[in-house]
Amino acid sequence: MEPLLKVNGLKKHFPIKKGLLQRQTGAVKAVDGLDFEVYPGETLGVVGESGCGKSTMGRLITRLLEPTDGTVEFQGTDISHLGVSGMRPLRRDIQMIFQDPYGSLNPRHTVGTIVSAPFKLQGVEPEGGVKKEVQRLLGLVGLNPEHYNRYPHEFSGGQRQRIGIARALALKPKLVVADEPVSALDVSIQAQVVNLLDDLQQELGLTYVIIAHDLSVIRHVSDRIAVMYLGKIVELADRKSLYESPMHPYTRALMSAVPIPDPRRRGAKSDRILLKGDVPSPIAPPPGCRFHTRCWKATDLCKTQEPPLLELRPGQRVACHHPENAEGVTIPAARESVDVTITKAPQPTEPKPEPSKPEAAEPAEAEAPTPAEPEAAAEGDAPKE
Amino acid sequence: MTDKLTKTGAAVGEPVDTGKSAPSDAFLDVRDLKIHFPTDDGLVKSVDGLSFQLEKGKTLGIVGESGSGKSVTSLGIMGLHTVGQYGRQKAKISGEIWLNGRELLSADPDEVRRMRGREMAMIFQDPLSAMHPYYSVGNQIVEAYRIHNDVDKKTARKRAVELLDRVGIPEPAKRFENYPHEFSGGMRQRAMIAMALVNNPELLIADEPTTALDVTVQAQILDLMRDLQKEFGSAVVIITHDLGVVAELADDILVMYGGRCVERGPAESVFYEPQHPYTWGLLGSMPRIDRDQTERLIPVKGNPPSLINIPSGCAFNPRCPYADVPKGGITRTQRPELAPAGDRHFSACHMPQEERTRIWTEEIAPKL
Repeated sequence: MEPLLKVNGLKKHFPIKKGLLQRQTGAVKAVDGLDFEVYPGETLGVVGESGCGKSTMGRLITRLLEPTDGTVEFQGTDISHLGVSGMRPLRRDIQMIFQDPYGSLNPRHTVGTIVSAPFKLQGVEPEGGVKKEVQRLLGLVGLNPEHYNRYPHEFSGGQRQRIGIARALALKPKLVVADEPVSALDVSIQAQVVNLLDDLQQELGLTYVIIAHDLSVIRHVSDRIAVMYLGKIVELADRKSLYESPMHPYTRALMSAVPIPDPRRRGAKSDRILLKGDVPSPIAPPPGCRFHTRCWKATDLCKTQEPPLLELRPGQRVACHHPENAEGVTIPAARESVDVTITKAPQPTEPKPEPSKPEAAEPAEAEAPTPAEPEAAAEGDAPKE
Repeated sequence: MTDKLTKTGAAVGEPVDTGKSAPSDAFLDVRDLKIHFPTDDGLVKSVDGLSFQLEKGKTLGIVGESGSGKSVTSLGIMGLHTVGQYGRQKAKISGEIWLNGRELLSADPDEVRRMRGREMAMIFQDPLSAMHPYYSVGNQIVEAYRIHNDVDKKTARKRAVELLDRVGIPEPAKRFENYPHEFSGGMRQRAMIAMALVNNPELLIADEPTTALDVTVQAQILDLMRDLQKEFGSAVVIITHDLGVVAELADDILVMYGGRCVERGPAESVFYEPQHPYTWGLLGSMPRIDRDQTERLIPVKGNPPSLINIPSGCAFNPRCPYADVPKGGITRTQRPELAPAGDRHFSACHMPQEERTRIWTEEIAPKL
């Protein structure tokens, strides 16, 4: 099947400017080389901690941001550097649902105006008139069509999120990117919206990219899941493989960290992995594998060589030198000699001019003051209690 | 009295009830607590008759959705509902809060202020706004210590560094000088825990302590809280909307809805034999990470009630899927009271218990 969306080597670096002349002194590498595809009709979940670049990724594929490098292909067309007018016809097919149901609706516009805005902008005259269509959409997302003339403040958080969904669906998009669609909502309302997204996908054959930090929600809604860490995908797999046998140590740690709503399993915490410390800064990501500073399996290889994202099991792509649950998996022999094209300069103030020069060992030394402590991290692996 | 309250800024509200009952044996005993806020739109009944007890060394988890009165309860216990200035009306608080044999609501505000920090301390959700941005983290801890202990700065500093070290802040002596904005979210939360624990309080209230944190950091903080409780033996009230967090930490669980407790009991029985339709709704709404669940979630229909206009009778009535189950002549306007529903387990529902047990085991539990 042809992918609906294909992303290749996608990067977004936000420049950091300093001083009178606003010289660029560094860059926040929010997204630093992503490759993935989204197939029609599926839901791709994207998880990661705050600052891992998942929202930036969402804004790049909807082209609310222009990528620094790499390509975004939608239905075979490269949209990475299209201008405003070039994007306009495509906006019909790619829509976004935002996190904050309070910030994403104009408080001075009525619900009718908000939901009909896409028609106006695209110059579309829906069958039966705009008003009728808007009322149909409101009904579709479970709101009362009579509330056409009300303002956003008259609605609760869950209802506002439904308004945002109605607006996103107005032009019958092919791809809907939802950035934390339920994280601002209460549990009982969250379930209503999750079910609604589910129903709409069934009914309208939508394709979703759902970005969230909540691993339980992601497990519930996604067909395939990408786990991001510091601007990179560390693991990309179907739901079952990812949750039942995660291969990247970070995925395993992330999942074991989620508190299980079952008091009887409190004793069974022995498998919890406590990661030490915080996520490093995306301004100067660690060289080699970005997770090595917090990984209990890290070796010298991890500090110098960046592991490529390889398909270690059918449908499960992992970027790790020492994957978990890897019994019976042959790690490609060529792995160690894999050409490391992206070698990170540790000091953003001294950008290395020759990217071709292999300098794998050097950054590792420069990084010495903030050392990786595999021993310390391994402690977290020990049974708790 | 009002003048005094304003001066100290430590209002504990207006103790309406003058005839206090006998002191309680329980370490923390909250009896029929009501906290109402008069507003232009009407009386907001944030907490409307809440009772619970907590022993030392135990953890009580209070769960509920936003607006159910969880945080207002915690601030009420701490006596932090301030007197409004410039003629704004203050919170109306009634009921009793017994801490260690002393009643807080009728106590002298100065005395409550002396107890705050020393006997009861609080961990807030957002450490960035709970800490003063102009003072270094260390100095804020030193201040909290010196208010209650007559020691010189050097001793207090030593104690602060010791605690920063205990809560897992690397290079505590160096980080002592840092300002809150120089800490990461998880570090800040650790520092706030250190600040709360500096006087060895016997009661610790944590209001959504991990909500603002990433899961990996949340796991670190929950682990720390569990260890510290063992070490300090304090009573902990943890307020959260995350059932996973309470399942992990709490001995007892109290489910709040519309300012009242709808269910209370030991964690295990609340999770395995829940007796209130709202608790069923919460459990059904929650996507599970520990199961491959392809079924639809079972959400609670409708929206939480407005606290100005709480439905008469059971507050959950308009959203309850079992509202029409016959209840032996009890009308919809009668308010259900907490009634025993098992060992130390209470629930406020008009449905007969056999009926509830049947619905849970036959209709709800298999779908979760």
